[in-house]
Amino acid sequence: MLDHIDLTVAKHEVVCLIGASGSGKSTLLRCLNMLERIEKGNIVVDGQSLTDGKVDVNALRRKIGIVFQAYNLFPHMTVLQNVMLGPRKVRGLPRDRSETIAHELLQKIGLESKAHEYPDRLSGGQQQRVAIVRALAMEPELMLLDEITSALDPQLVSEVLQLVRGLTEVGMTMIIATHEMGFAREVASKVCFLDGGRILEEGTPEQIFTSPTELRTRSFLARVLDAEKLA
Amino acid sequence: MHALHQVIHTFFNPHSFTLAMPDVWAGFQVNLKMMFIAEALVLVFALMVAIVRGLPGRGAKPLRALAIAYTDFFRGTPIILVTFIVGFGLPGLQLGFISNRSFTVYGIIALTLVYTAYVSEVFRAGIESVHPSQRSAARSLGLSYGQAMRYVVIPQAVRRVIPPLLNDFVGLQKDTALVSVIGVAEAASLAQQFSTQNGDFPSYVVAAVFFILITIPLARFTDHLVAQREQRERAQAF
Repeated sequence: MLDHIDLTVAKHEVVCLIGASGSGKSTLLRCLNMLERIEKGNIVVDGQSLTDGKVDVNALRRKIGIVFQAYNLFPHMTVLQNVMLGPRKVRGLPRDRSETIAHELLQKIGLESKAHEYPDRLSGGQQQRVAIVRALAMEPELMLLDEITSALDPQLVSEVLQLVRGLTEVGMTMIIATHEMGFAREVASKVCFLDGGRILEEGTPEQIFTSPTELRTRSFLARVLDAEKLA
Repeated sequence: MHALHQVIHTFFNPHSFTLAMPDVWAGFQVNLKMMFIAEALVLVFALMVAIVRGLPGRGAKPLRALAIAYTDFFRGTPIILVTFIVGFGLPGLQLGFISNRSFTVYGIIALTLVYTAYVSEVFRAGIESVHPSQRSAARSLGLSYGQAMRYVVIPQAVRRVIPPLLNDFVGLQKDTALVSVIGVAEAASLAQQFSTQNGDFPSYVVAAVFFILITIPLARFTDHLVAQREQRERAQAF
């Protein structure tokens, strides 16, 4: 359940959502992509309201890419087919054009050699990178990243974060739910601390990480940073 | 010793066995034809029923109810009754194109009606077994409901249900003999004729052998698929 969420994201902005599990980070992202039913309130993406009942959900989702914690690649398709599906069936591009797009993206992330493998032959980090380019193949205007490194072995986290870092450098607008505080601090233009389905505190990374005003934010950060030290 | 001799003579008398072979084989061609046609139809219709049953939204409610009623009716009715209803009822309707078909056609219709109900449940289980996150992933790319089903959900569902599906097909293959009660001249009924004329039973055994010969490869193939899947899943676990 989310309540009293008031958030504006400008173009090229990178917003990081932090907070404990169950605080509503994922739900917020899923609402933005209409994967979750919205009972009350209004969401406007690119001047278009999602909640007025007239919106073309499929058209909207074309503009918004989402990457999930569990990768959710399609196991019956090869890596290439996974990346091609959107361009081919949603953007309606011809097969060879879709294939070129997919090959180029895979090349960029260094997984061209895996193009014809099935996802279960790839490591978690590789799968997650494929999931990211599968979303990028739709040329989205907004990317939602839902704890995309939470299911990864620690040594695989950096290859995924590196790819996301690259996206921030080309000005991709992103909303990122994450437990990687160091990463949030580095890439975010704005950090929101969620607690019990509300945005309890928001500000620049400096503000949130060095001088949070809310007690809950402070205790959350203390706990997380402690855990990081131990690890 | 005498009893054993008696058994062999009654069921496996080589002379009678060979004599019955051509007739029963001719009848078995009809069984094969019924099997293949009914199986092809069942695959198509069962998938349709399963998809209709899973349609979302309030608007699709009547369709869903229809699919449920269909499955309930044909799973609950003994196949022999369906065969009577189709085989004797449809000709009684006196409706040109549907009322003067051969008994073989009525047999195929009865088999298709009943097994579509069974197999649609198999497909439905398969569709439901595909994790919801796969749908989310497909829809979030912008695929419509239909596209998500077609490219993401159904291909995975069908792969998963092939073993139980083939199991149902073994049942269907045997039931081609059952629907002969309305007068289809297939292996079992020709074996019966032969048996009455000759006063012995090897013809039945001949028919049984034919059925077994096509069931065994299918059963082994199913085992093979299951084993392959298990191996694959075990490989993933490590």
